Amino acid sequence: MAIEVRDVNKSFGTTPVLRDVSIDVESGSLTALLGPSGGGKSTLLRVIAGLEQPDTGTVRISGVDATRLAPQRRNVGFVFQHYAAFKHLTVFRNVAFGLEIRKRPKDEIRKRVMELLELVHLEQMADRYPSQLSGGQRQRMALARALAVEPEVLLLDEPFGALDAQVRKELRTWLRRLHDEVHVTTVFVTHDQEEAIEVADTIVVLADGEVEQVGSPAEVYDNPANPFVMRFLGPVTEIGGSLVRPHDIEISTEPVEGGTSATVSRVVRLGFEVRVELQVEGRDAWVQVTRGFADQLALTSGDVVSVRPAPGARSLVLATV
Amino acid sequence: MTTDVAVPPALPPGPPGGGARPRSRFSVPGGTALGVGSAVLYLSLIVLIPLAVVAWRSVDQGPGYFWRAVTTPDAWSALTLTVGASILVALINLVMGTIIAWVLVRDRFPGKAVVDTLIDLPFALPTIVAGLVLLSLYGPESPLGLNLAYSRAGVVLALLFVTLPFVVRTVQPVLLELDKEMEQAAASLGASPFQTFRRIILPNLVPAMLSGTALAFTRSIAEFGSTVLISGNLPFKTQVAAVNIFSQIEGDNTTGAAAISTVLLVVALVALVSLDLLQRWGSRRG
Ligand SMILES: Nc1ncnc2c1ncn2[C@@H]1O[C@H](COP(=O)(O)OP(=O)(O)OP(=O)(O)O)[C@@H](O)[C@H]1O
Ligand SMILES: [Mg+2]
Repeated sequence: MAIEVRDVNKSFGTTPVLRDVSIDVESGSLTALLGPSGGGKSTLLRVIAGLEQPDTGTVRISGVDATRLAPQRRNVGFVFQHYAAFKHLTVFRNVAFGLEIRKRPKDEIRKRVMELLELVHLEQMADRYPSQLSGGQRQRMALARALAVEPEVLLLDEPFGALDAQVRKELRTWLRRLHDEVHVTTVFVTHDQEEAIEVADTIVVLADGEVEQVGSPAEVYDNPANPFVMRFLGPVTEIGGSLVRPHDIEISTEPVEGGTSATVSRVVRLGFEVRVELQVEGRDAWVQVTRGFADQLALTSGDVVSVRPAPGARSLVLATV
Repeated sequence: MTTDVAVPPALPPGPPGGGARPRSRFSVPGGTALGVGSAVLYLSLIVLIPLAVVAWRSVDQGPGYFWRAVTTPDAWSALTLTVGASILVALINLVMGTIIAWVLVRDRFPGKAVVDTLIDLPFALPTIVAGLVLLSLYGPESPLGLNLAYSRAGVVLALLFVTLPFVVRTVQPVLLELDKEMEQAAASLGASPFQTFRRIILPNLVPAMLSGTALAFTRSIAEFGSTVLISGNLPFKTQVAAVNIFSQIEGDNTTGAAAISTVLLVVALVALVSLDLLQRWGSRRG
């Protein structure tokens, strides 16, 4: 295990922010720390990096107890959400910083920095200052700076959080490829479930300071441990007291066995998909079907249909309140 | 200029956000001209014309007279004392002001708000009152048993007092705004607290430290009120340039007074320009 977090508790004042958090991060993996805002993701990452001390619990990095180790001695690369670029240093000097601290020979530093700048495609920007870079470029500079010291683990706090939707989509594909190339154990924080599913091998869902579930993207999506995780990871709808994914529902114009009767309230065409909005037992629900299937059924509002979870669909029975 | 276009196929594809962001520059031609125009006019009326008059006055009886006026023993002594003491005072306040600003921003202690307010006291007090306060504290009847009256140390003390706020108040806001995450990033890259201070914090503070020092220095060389009492104005010993100018005027020697004023003016300009150059040189080097 590259990182082992055991029973970590952390409070700010009287507010508990992490509660009995335990996670394992496998060497060479790419793990997403996913959860809603204020859930404690940054705090957990900072505890791993040593930028925050846990009240109780331990952190081991590469098998060594690092709980009381200063951040300088953990050999952890940290990329901050807002880059934390050294404003007074050029891109080159920013990336070289960790190596200069380690007193590496000048020509070795130059070679390594140029390699890294090539890796993040900033080789033309070496002599610029951070203020002369775009957000995405600054982010990549911060990544190269963290990678320069060959950290045992790389921690990224919402690496693409401050970027616009298009850029962040492209950057996350790029991060995945970069990880496949560099193989450094990586943990990144995100509150975007699509980003976590697309990029990570393992997802840790953290909410309200507690680990809700750990698993591969498919596991967490298909077998959510609880309604919260199910809601957080993708679209859900409620039919017959169960939480179901809208694409896991069969809809038919004839009454079917085990089906629930529903009234179509609206049919929304979203390109290839069609969203059928329903009233089921006095509650709103919706079903996602393909365009072809919707055309076949020729649904219009007011139609009475029968709906039931598709065979093999994962659903969670909601506790009645 | 786009620089991320050519991407070797073996590497991950070119990441986005590649194009260099052009350096933004305000360009409202009419507005700028108007702005520059009024700034120049205002500066001319308030600063440049009076200065030019003084400079002109100082040489209206020829350069030889100017030179003699400046090098009379009492004038020369006042000038060297003033410049020497001001350099010393600027350096001490550079260090102490930075430390005080650091403590005020980074440390927590009871009474911090009071100390923070007290820093402005030298600005708020009329300088002659400051002189009086210093004289009663460090004069012949000093309750501390420390008599600095009529000595050069007293002059330095008075100058230290009136110029203390400059460095504190220029460094403090910069320190407050300094991105804490920069320091944490340095720490996780292996930098010790001292290395972080030396390589990250200090370079970001230097511009503010230098401009605070420049202000303290220029204020020092012109200081009159606070030094006039404690120094005792002993010519050749504790008389500062501003007081010397005053006594020249009283003795009806306006040309001599203008000559000494011009020297102070040049010294102030040289100090401001060289600190500015130092700052530019530093920021280019990083
Ligand atoms: N230094 C601090 N002092 C006091 N409270 C803090 C501090 N840092 C974080 N908190 C609190 O701890 C909680 C968790 O914060 P954290 O930054 O870890 O959340 P997060 O999951 O990263 O959220 P986001 O997605 O918004 O970044 C929040 O309620 C926050 O207000
Ligand atoms: Mg956060």
